[in-house]
Amino acid sequence: MSIRVQDVTKKFGDFTALNQISLTVPTGQLTALLGPSGSGKTTLLRIIAGLEAPDLGNILFEDEDVTGRAARDRNIGFVFQHYALFRHMTVFENVAFGMRVRSAPKAEVHERVHELLHLVRLEGLGNRYPSELSGGQRQRVALARALAVKPRMLLLDEPFGALDAKVRQELRTWLRKLHEEMPVTTVFVTHDQEEAFEVADQVVVMRQGGIEQAGSPQEVFDHPATPFVMDFIGNVNVFHGRVFGGQAEVGPFTLSVKGDTHSEPRTATAYVRPHELAIERTASAHSLAGRVVQVNPAGAVQRVRVFAEEFGIELSVDLVRERAQQLSLKVGEQVHVRPWAARVFTPDQDYVI
Amino acid sequence: MHPSFQRHKRVAGRMVATEPAWLRFLLIGSTIGIVAGIIVIPMIFVFYKAFANGFSTYWENLFGNAEARHAIKLTLIVALASVAINTVCGVAAAWVLTKFRFPGRTFLLTLIDLPFAVSPVVAGLMFVLIFGRQGWCGPWLQEHGIRIIFSWPALILATTFVTLPFVARELIPLMQSLGNDEELAAVSLGANPWQMFWRVTLPNIKWALLFGIIQCNARAIGEFGAVYVVSGRISGETDTMAVLVQKLYESPGAMSAAYAVASVLTLMALATLGLKLLLEQRVTQSLEETAQTTGEAP
Repeated sequence: MSIRVQDVTKKFGDFTALNQISLTVPTGQLTALLGPSGSGKTTLLRIIAGLEAPDLGNILFEDEDVTGRAARDRNIGFVFQHYALFRHMTVFENVAFGMRVRSAPKAEVHERVHELLHLVRLEGLGNRYPSELSGGQRQRVALARALAVKPRMLLLDEPFGALDAKVRQELRTWLRKLHEEMPVTTVFVTHDQEEAFEVADQVVVMRQGGIEQAGSPQEVFDHPATPFVMDFIGNVNVFHGRVFGGQAEVGPFTLSVKGDTHSEPRTATAYVRPHELAIERTASAHSLAGRVVQVNPAGAVQRVRVFAEEFGIELSVDLVRERAQQLSLKVGEQVHVRPWAARVFTPDQDYVI
Repeated sequence: MHPSFQRHKRVAGRMVATEPAWLRFLLIGSTIGIVAGIIVIPMIFVFYKAFANGFSTYWENLFGNAEARHAIKLTLIVALASVAINTVCGVAAAWVLTKFRFPGRTFLLTLIDLPFAVSPVVAGLMFVLIFGRQGWCGPWLQEHGIRIIFSWPALILATTFVTLPFVARELIPLMQSLGNDEELAAVSLGANPWQMFWRVTLPNIKWALLFGIIQCNARAIGEFGAVYVVSGRISGETDTMAVLVQKLYESPGAMSAAYAVASVLTLMALATLGLKLLLEQRVTQSLEETAQTTGEAP
């Protein structure tokens, strides 16, 4: 079941939570709404669910306009940020709730609940109360409860927000696997870019009630559409400078900009990811001299901070393990840093080189 | 025992009780004295006086007398009716005030407490001014043959007004801390409003609601001021127990009857107190659980 959001606007008093948003969520895919708090991602999710009504615009499920329909008639599964489990009901009754209010036959309820508890790996905990469960278990009960009504789509609000790092990682992998077994159209809200990129088929980056970019994780990561996206998804080194006549002079570097026909200089900002910087012992064209101030091993990569005195900036460089071993950098060493990729944004346009 | 450990313990002991012994005894003693003098002794005295002429007189005073029988019945009916009204209105008011944000909400929250601030006598007078023969609606009511003041509807109205805040005040803080996530979850799972209320909201507030109802009931049974004004004190018709006690007390030779009726009121109060004690634990428990399950926000 695909979801189409058409020109949706929502205001809370003077605050514009969503400003003319349009978005298509393809059938059977996992889509992440990614953005900082206040970007409108949760509001959009609640509008899709029918828990909130848009001021303007329409919501379509497939070709059916559901804008005027109440949440209970939309047949969606919604998982709340803090789970919102019914605290006075057992796990079994929580999962059964959606079927009970539809007066499903008892035998069917039993069968389905057991099937779901098996699916979320909570067999044998049916008689527990929510207060007797861990955070991760509560989350899975919430998911089973939402799935029990065979929803047309699954909407998750910060599904792993309240969990600790390890459980979060486990559940992420699990959710992805679950989605492959049961490809229900799923939308989830998150402020964690890592989570979005790891789990989703499509990432929608939101900012101040608007959509900055929507695309596959690869697309968004490799070709960020705006400086905001670039900045929001992962660490980045920022250089300010000017662009003119096909050349960009940003900080210490001169980069050629494809297709730039402007002859008058304009301000520009270059963004370089830590892994797009190379460290060398010898100077070369367009390299920048600096002093190593910090060396951190961080799993697969080595994180190095280099201070360039000439420009007074500190650069963050990620080295792959082999390169790090080759160089075996020490704090205080003089090195040369060179970018091998960069994105240059001008206020009105952007170029990728 | 190790000497330093002993010293430590002594220090700790001094920190707990910094007041000298005589002051502690004085404070504890006066507290017990006040409770005994103002509450316990008068209560025992009521029962002592009620039974002064033996149990058969006591029984005769209560159930052998048509007026007393009627007063007991009327009191229970009035209490039942006003508790029922206040339960429905209290839940509705708490619902509106906690689940929605609207202009004038804070004002309404304050207004709900008004009956506690207004003297019951003034409340009674207010109803006389509205529904009484010379009141605003008086002529219209008379034309249509409806009698409110000096009749049981006025008793219910006045009692309901006086006990209005009990249920709502008990529910508002609880429902505020519960939020409405569970209700929204129920709706998203396909529950209609009625199912949502009975299956999700009510089970979550039941102890607090029961607690509010008990307090409301206790106050309704004992209400005197407002009822005194609106009832007209018609013997065997509009006398509630509280009014009857006062009447009997002032009529010569009926002293033991007055104490007999008063003892029933006292017994009802004691029963309420017992129930309240039982429930208080459940209410604090459910409030704590609420804090536990909602307090996990990062």
